[in-house]
Amino acid sequence: MIGFHPLPAILLSPFVGAVLLLFVPEGRRNLIRAIALAAATVSLVLAVAAMIFYDRAAGGMQFVEHYSWIPSLGVHLDLGVDGLSLPLVLLTAIIIFAGVFVTWRLESRSKEFFIYALALVGGVFGVFMSMDLLVLFMFIEIAVIPKYVLISVWGSTRKEYAAMKYTMYLLSGSAVALVAIVAIFAYAHDPAHGLGIWTFDLAALSTIHFDPAFQKFAFFLMLLGFGVLIPIFPLHRWTPDGHSAAPTAISMLLAGVIMKLGGYALIRVGIGLFPEGAHFWAPLIAVLAAVNAVYIAFVAMVQKDLKFVVANSSISHMGFVLIGIASLNATSMDGAVAQMFAHGIMAALFFAIVGLVYDKAHTRVIADLGGLAHQMPRVSAAFLIAGLASLGLPGMFNFVAEFTVFTGAIQVFPVLAVVAIFSVVVTAIYVLWVFQRVFFGPRNPKWDHLKDARGVEMVPIVVLAAVLIGFGLYPRAIMDTITGGILPLAQHVASLGIGGPF
Amino acid sequence: MVESAIGLVLAPLASFILISFVTRRAAILSAVISIAAAGISFALSLSLLVGVLSAPAGAGLAAGAHASIQWLSIPSIGRFRGLEIAMGVLVDPLSATMSVIVSLVAFLVTIYSLGYMKGDPGFSRYFSYLSLFAFSMLGLVIADNYFQTFVFWELVGLCSYLLIGFWYAKPSASDAARKAFVTNRWADFAFMVGVILLFIFFGTFDFGQLSSAIAGARGSAMLALVAALVFVGPLGKSAQFPFHVWLPDAMEGPTPVSALIHAATMVAAGVYLIARGFALFQSVPGVMETMAYLGGFTALFAASIALVQKDIKRILAYSTLSQLGYMFMALGVGSMSAGMFHLTTHAFFKALLFLGAGSVIHATEEQDIFKMGGLGKKMKITAWTFVIGALALSGIFPLAGFWSKDEILFASLSSGHIGLYVLGIAVAFMTAFYMFRLIFTAFGGTAFGGTASGGEPTEHAHVHESGPAMTIPLIVLAVLSVFAGLIGSPWFQSAFGFSFGSFIFFGRPEASHLDMTTASISTVVALSGIFLAWLVYGKKLLKAERIAAALGPLYRLLDHKFYIDEIYAWVFAKIMLGLGIVFDWIDHYIVDGLFDGLGGATRALGRKLRLTQSGRLQGYALVIFAAVAIAVVFISTDLLGGFLK
Repeated sequence: MIGFHPLPAILLSPFVGAVLLLFVPEGRRNLIRAIALAAATVSLVLAVAAMIFYDRAAGGMQFVEHYSWIPSLGVHLDLGVDGLSLPLVLLTAIIIFAGVFVTWRLESRSKEFFIYALALVGGVFGVFMSMDLLVLFMFIEIAVIPKYVLISVWGSTRKEYAAMKYTMYLLSGSAVALVAIVAIFAYAHDPAHGLGIWTFDLAALSTIHFDPAFQKFAFFLMLLGFGVLIPIFPLHRWTPDGHSAAPTAISMLLAGVIMKLGGYALIRVGIGLFPEGAHFWAPLIAVLAAVNAVYIAFVAMVQKDLKFVVANSSISHMGFVLIGIASLNATSMDGAVAQMFAHGIMAALFFAIVGLVYDKAHTRVIADLGGLAHQMPRVSAAFLIAGLASLGLPGMFNFVAEFTVFTGAIQVFPVLAVVAIFSVVVTAIYVLWVFQRVFFGPRNPKWDHLKDARGVEMVPIVVLAAVLIGFGLYPRAIMDTITGGILPLAQHVASLGIGGPF
Repeated sequence: MVESAIGLVLAPLASFILISFVTRRAAILSAVISIAAAGISFALSLSLLVGVLSAPAGAGLAAGAHASIQWLSIPSIGRFRGLEIAMGVLVDPLSATMSVIVSLVAFLVTIYSLGYMKGDPGFSRYFSYLSLFAFSMLGLVIADNYFQTFVFWELVGLCSYLLIGFWYAKPSASDAARKAFVTNRWADFAFMVGVILLFIFFGTFDFGQLSSAIAGARGSAMLALVAALVFVGPLGKSAQFPFHVWLPDAMEGPTPVSALIHAATMVAAGVYLIARGFALFQSVPGVMETMAYLGGFTALFAASIALVQKDIKRILAYSTLSQLGYMFMALGVGSMSAGMFHLTTHAFFKALLFLGAGSVIHATEEQDIFKMGGLGKKMKITAWTFVIGALALSGIFPLAGFWSKDEILFASLSSGHIGLYVLGIAVAFMTAFYMFRLIFTAFGGTAFGGTASGGEPTEHAHVHESGPAMTIPLIVLAVLSVFAGLIGSPWFQSAFGFSFGSFIFFGRPEASHLDMTTASISTVVALSGIFLAWLVYGKKLLKAERIAAALGPLYRLLDHKFYIDEIYAWVFAKIMLGLGIVFDWIDHYIVDGLFDGLGGATRALGRKLRLTQSGRLQGYALVIFAAVAIAVVFISTDLLGGFLK
């Protein structure tokens, strides 16, 4: 569509909002909220528009913008989205929009909170839009760092430990990934094997046929570096602590989008540049994916704190993304991207509800709660919707994503895929068990003073649930776009004769 | 025809949405909407059935209609399959008949609920769930492919969960709801893997395309694998051994729900799926044999437990398990007609029995039959319709159950399964006995208080017949329980030129027959079951306690339902939770320990290295001097690769 340039506005809107907030006095809470909401709304509206106007028939990178930044090093601020990244941009926009409403009633330092949160979201947008490897990496760091402050200032439950743990894990991962990025940069400059120019342009880099040994090396570094973000077992331990300590909106962003950065980078950069390296490490990823899915599901089953259940559940679900990536075919990778989207929305909904319960009851300990459906029927219904999405009930987009992943993965890793699928049983057990212990049972007079969700509290619930059900009923609205983004990659992988043993 | 099929599915969905979002607070309006939606579905399903029946004989699939739209499409690349999913409707004799059964029972149960649920604080919520169930179940019935079936299969499971746990304040109800969902999940895990593999092997989910594709793959191991996996789904949904544990507990839900979902329709979905996918199962003899024997075993196993239960709903629940076992047996020995025929008649008389039980419970607020008694005099309509239902279930000529049960027995005999034939007859005896044990105890006699003789009834003095919203559905179902079996009788065939077996069949039409040997044996056996129940519980000539004492260990085994629930509870508590605790420990102490250790080591190293930054110039000078000295030695010594020379 000529003259439609949504990307710079989507990207800049949160940053502009953050800068504007700097000049607002702390006391003017309504203005602060209004700015944050306006920034989130602009991004959301434009992301939806981009989703609608994206030309699916043409596919490829669209809404492209070129800005030169450090020409001598070949670093460009090149923005563009394709079927792989556009849904994730939409995901991010939806979650920050919901997150603003979740934080609506925040009393303490709401100005600073929104500044950091918006900066974080801007960073995430940058990752998904950047067509330049170095810029992509820098945006990951922009997205990661504000979290440290957000958790350690506004958090709960061992927040300093969690914030430090989170930061150490993620920065160590970044350091490893940076080694790979520098190696790629050097390789590309080599005139014999590479292009003979200094460039970070992903499109140009993907035309290089990297030496298989280099691919194995570089992909492994990426797996480590981005694997921390996903997170992949055994690099996952920052997640439960980080999620539980983070304030609600930040848990939503953490599970909703930060964890997706890893999966996205692994597909975009890892598979995009090193298909043979990916193929070499695929069995390892598949094994770890199965561990993620099932092992962590069992861990989630015995948690005593509501937020730890949901946090572990997130890791478990990322196992499906991982096995989708490892299987390296169109169906499985399609499913992996869909799962990133579906899980992002579902996890955000889950954390929004847990946050609501915590705000009202001041406890997240499952054993202390009970019978809340009497006092909070809407919250209970919303939790059930999130839970049903989590256990992959048809009618929810999560089911479509999981079914697609399984169909792709079982053709490559039949046994591991079945092991991973088994986690849908374990998930059903723990989700319904938690639901029962928190919301069912006799009325507890202790909670009679709790008010059901209403007004602004309902906004995130309605928006997120509607997205899950809407795409669940008519998945083509988003799946066709994703397929368009994955197909070229899958064709490239297939052209190398890479395939599993099925 | 396609429009009617879509309409009959969407009407209850509209009702669900309307009740959930608009009429929540207007209880009666919600009920009216729900009843109207069920009524529309029933009318439309009748029009489908008429349409299919009026098609010329032998038209096969052409008698119905088939339409679908693409729902998801991922292209195949290289050796890897993409994913092509369609959503559609398939109207044929099987789905038209099933949709009539489902919508009719749903319609009657919804009306009945008007009386039964009166005054319940969750009145609107109840009717919204009923409508959601009707939508899901009808969607399952008209599905044209395995994927769509799976989708609605899970949705009916959700409705079952919501309705079993309807009275969520009761811990037993919410436990039962979760147990139902999770037990089905185990089965659906295999089902889903089976459906995925089906697509990967054949490239389609479509029932029609698959049946021709499967014909070409007969005898292959992959076909056996797929058939076995898909078969596990029906085992869960129809609560066949070893997945049966959830159904008796599901009786925690409101009784009309037990009638609709856990007796007449949803639990029969397993049978329906096997009938729908008969091409798949029938091509793998091993699966068919397993089906037959597992069904036979469940029929006997559940009937034996029903002999000793005291809760009126649990007796009926075990009876349902047993009758579903019969249907599996019929399908397993190769007669789809007999299985579906029994599904049809059973839907009517078992819904009748459950609604009758609901009427009793509504009046007495009691579920233990030994605390009832003499209800026959106070609740005439309930009592008479219940007796009709029990006679139909026991297979007394010429009621519905007689025809369908004999059809099953005959099918097992003619396919050479003598063992199953004998087993089926034994089950028929037990069925008659436990049903009339119930009737003589609850409806017969004069005094309440069960075995305690002479006690004058006080607490049940107020008991009276239920209102018309409840009795009219009972009467309608009683009429159906008397006459529905005739559609599978030879008389019907000679009068109208077709019968159930020539309308719904797989392969070639099955003629209706009346095998006099089987009919005589089964009638004698059923009557003697009733007679024995009369001796023990009616005349009390034989003391039930003495029989129980004489059977000692066996009685205890039956009373504890063979301890299956205890075994499963142990597996969950010890193995599943145990694994969780072990894994959680590993996460905290091994994985965390590893990385915290890494962090700790870094910090410790830092603490040591910090000492070098002491700020004393002499110290730095010493280090610099030492470093220079070492460097000089290095670069000037041959041995160490020096190059100064």
